Amino acid sequence: MSDTHLADKGQTAPPPLDGLSGGVSLRLFATLFLFWVLLNASLSFATILSGLVVAGVISAAFGRHLSFLSGFNLAPAGIFAAFQFIGYFLKELVKANLSLAALVMKPSLPISPAIVKVRTTLTDPVARLLLANAITLTPGTLTCEIKGEFLYIHWVVTKSTDLDEATQEIVAGFERYLEVMYG
Amino acid sequence: MILSGFLDTLGAFVFVTGAAFLALGGLGLVRMPDVYNRIQAGTKATTLGTLLVLVGTALIEPSWAIKLLLIMLFLMFTNPLSSQVLARAAHRAGVRPKGDADYLSRDMEDLT
Repeated sequence: MSDTHLADKGQTAPPPLDGLSGGVSLRLFATLFLFWVLLNASLSFATILSGLVVAGVISAAFGRHLSFLSGFNLAPAGIFAAFQFIGYFLKELVKANLSLAALVMKPSLPISPAIVKVRTTLTDPVARLLLANAITLTPGTLTCEIKGEFLYIHWVVTKSTDLDEATQEIVAGFERYLEVMYG
Repeated sequence: MILSGFLDTLGAFVFVTGAAFLALGGLGLVRMPDVYNRIQAGTKATTLGTLLVLVGTALIEPSWAIKLLLIMLFLMFTNPLSSQVLARAAHRAGVRPKGDADYLSRDMEDLT
């Protein structure tokens, strides 16, 4: 989902930081190291050392360009919202699958598809990615295109083609948590 | 031993549930009328189905749980993304969706 305008904004928003001294690089380093240890499932000296070296080199060299974590709000409220988001997301995922299962097993196949337009207030690129992904995995909706503040959603059983009603129906539930997580 | 037997049974049950969702997703692929609806059926069913298969595997083989959790995480990020890109590519290639309202076509001139 390319959006050059906002992506540029997202990359220039954090102040320029150099090497490991910056918070952006430190977060990247911590993430890379955590994934390395989890993938190895081992805490041996060789694993830790090579993990530290490689994560250090990557975050020192690419810290400013891989700043995908920099928008996350690490305050307790943000972490709490992240857990609420995951819970809500899993509930919606199960609902989506049950409704889809019911739909494809009905002989009449009662669908009324349309591509509707909805609005989002999120500006952080990762928040927008999470929103688009969450929408795709919830009942009957699929993100097709994102441009500026608008998302274009394919809806299998369309309830409303009105911009505001569709936004309320599709986006509002997730945006509530993402606003706190990336506030 | 009782616990591991219980986990095995539960894991097998979750595994089969996941497989059932995958099968329903396959049915959806056959029955849906156009590419966008098919992508919808494919994405949701494969994501939850695969997640449940991985959860079932984790219950049967608990020492794999951490790695399986990582696979689930990557899956949840990448699976919907690939569907979105497919849908966008289909629309840009000029595949008209079924149905009466297509706001994406109406705004097409601003998007290119």
